[in-house]
Amino acid sequence: MQFIRPVLHSQVCTSARPSARQFLQKLGKSCSFSLNSSSTRLYSTEFFPINDELYGLTDEQKQLRQTIFQFCQKELAPKAQQIDAENDFKDIKKFWRQCGELGLLGVTAPTEYGGLGASYLDHAIVMEEMSRACAAVALSYGAHSNLCVNQIVRHGTDEQKSRYLPKLISGEWIGALAMSEPNAGSDVVSMTMRADKQSDGSYVLNGSKFWITNGPDADVIVVYAKTKPEAGAHGITTFLVERDSPGFSCSRKLDKLGMRGSNTGELVFDGVRVPADRVMGRLDGGVYVLMSGLDIERLLLSAGPLGIMQAACDTAFQYAHIRKAFGQSIGQFQLLQGKMADMYCRLTSGRCYVYSVTRALAQGSRQPMDCAGVILKCAEDATQSALDAIQILGGNGYINEYPAGRLLRDAKLYEIGAGTSEVRRLVIGRAINNIYKS
Amino acid sequence: KYIHIINKADMAASKGLKILVGCKRVIDYAVKVRVKPDRSGVVTEGVKHSMNPFDEIAVEEAVRMKEKKLAGEAVAISVGPPQSQETLRTALAMGIDRAIHVEIPLAQLEKLQPIHVSKLLAKVCESEKPDLVILGKQAIDDDCNQTGQMLAALLDWPQATFASKIEPSQDSKQLRVTREVDGGLETIDVSVPAVVTSDLRLNEPRYATLPNIMKAKKKPLAKMSPDQLGVDLQPRQEVISVEDPPVRKAGAKVESVEDLVGKLREKGLVK
Repeated sequence: MQFIRPVLHSQVCTSARPSARQFLQKLGKSCSFSLNSSSTRLYSTEFFPINDELYGLTDEQKQLRQTIFQFCQKELAPKAQQIDAENDFKDIKKFWRQCGELGLLGVTAPTEYGGLGASYLDHAIVMEEMSRACAAVALSYGAHSNLCVNQIVRHGTDEQKSRYLPKLISGEWIGALAMSEPNAGSDVVSMTMRADKQSDGSYVLNGSKFWITNGPDADVIVVYAKTKPEAGAHGITTFLVERDSPGFSCSRKLDKLGMRGSNTGELVFDGVRVPADRVMGRLDGGVYVLMSGLDIERLLLSAGPLGIMQAACDTAFQYAHIRKAFGQSIGQFQLLQGKMADMYCRLTSGRCYVYSVTRALAQGSRQPMDCAGVILKCAEDATQSALDAIQILGGNGYINEYPAGRLLRDAKLYEIGAGTSEVRRLVIGRAINNIYKS
Repeated sequence: KYIHIINKADMAASKGLKILVGCKRVIDYAVKVRVKPDRSGVVTEGVKHSMNPFDEIAVEEAVRMKEKKLAGEAVAISVGPPQSQETLRTALAMGIDRAIHVEIPLAQLEKLQPIHVSKLLAKVCESEKPDLVILGKQAIDDDCNQTGQMLAALLDWPQATFASKIEPSQDSKQLRVTREVDGGLETIDVSVPAVVTSDLRLNEPRYATLPNIMKAKKKPLAKMSPDQLGVDLQPRQEVISVEDPPVRKAGAKVESVEDLVGKLREKGLVK
């Protein structure tokens, strides 16, 4: 593990220890022994345990998981249902600040900008535990910390990093990335947004972007536009656009099936002027920034469905051992044992795949085939596990008071965003073709 | 605020107080505890353990006192099995400077009682010479609420238990501790060195951040044995049996006050 220089977080993170505190309060404020030992039986195993020994995590990573688990279960999980119902995360600014204090918004960013300088695996662990608590907020978190922050870390000039990273990492600003357009999703390089060079060296952006996570709230956006439309894919350039640029607006917040609370919007660029020093990477070389970024995005986001699968096991397994029918808990019937076994194997094998690929990436080996494979597998498995969770909960799985329905609606997004399952299969298939090319 | 009126020279040397914090490794609060079939105790094998919540509060207080420059050094100590080192690492990750592990062999672990722990801590205090010992008021596994009090008695130090606030006294020569008692709050001044036990409302512990978790690995963790400290771990009590509490029987709902009184009469509970 690399040595981490002390981070400039002088401020004490005053967030409280989670349910341990509520547990103590329930035991009685008494200064003496009023402990009724039977009260400990109220707290059955609410969470399906994770055996970190299987994944070769370091002690620090195990502790990291513990910390993020406690933080998210306290600060996020209790609000997840309400966030979904209202399609809004009202406390997002406060939550972003809390994440900033813990260094979570810049896990892979260098310490001199306030980041943790840690690995993609550490980032994946954070993403996973946050997704377990609330998949929608975790998606916004992923878009901010990986799609925006990490792209600036990888491709920004020193000036751009100094200007944008500190506030993005402290949580004062929210970040986003905009590539897709209403008519360019899977075929993203066919995008039509133009960036026309002006006489003073600046660029004027015209067009719109669609399905942009954090779009309605973002202060800084990584935007891809065509500086040379006639060159197709090789005419794309990456820009850093700030929210208060004249001509920029978010025309609407989308009303989605799932991931409700992760504000997604349509962004309109109406003659938005971007200075020349806001070009990120090589002029007309944006496709490399985009494609390599997509690999890492897929990899990091695959921890999202992992968290959903874990949440599905947390909910369904506990339910199966409390709910009784025909004289015993339903978890003891074979058909449900089978379902739980399948959910467990999808989750565990998914984790092994994700952690292995993140480790390889940390060593410098980026394999597009595996980045696509990891999210392809985990996303489809998460949908299936969420369906199983609903089924195990039976009638209660169909009621929105229980989280199973939300898990399904959230899981489905991961089969679409960051490249649909179809595109992912293409990427893998073509990579295999390449191996056999004569 | 009181900070600017403190004359550091008054507070036991200009370097600030030296604090010793006790941490116990207990079964995690969220685990469903199961009694062993032979009724000799509860199942601990393979069960999730973590730091006693009141000890987390004690650790947090020590770290805060360091940040306020009231304390110069904070040392964590745990008496327990080899796995207690994980508990100490958590304390180090929260900001404690160094740790001491008094390792208890497995055979003696189940019979370890507060009297033994307080004697071990007293011995360590003789060599470490802390100005303040902060312990959790009780552990959530045995709920004894004894170690702090016994330790103070063994050392003949003042004690301030169930603390909900610790600050320097008016003249900065002592510690002013607010205690949570049955009747409300009691404020007392204690001279240092002293033993304080933490209650729930003393503070809200912080989350260990990844940089601090990494730093914790490099902080010193010393090991000791009860033999080295010259403490006899002979049990004073024998646990005869451990049983589940009786299952709570279902109650009956009543429609009105008359019904309620009628039922109470039936059961002979009111005349």
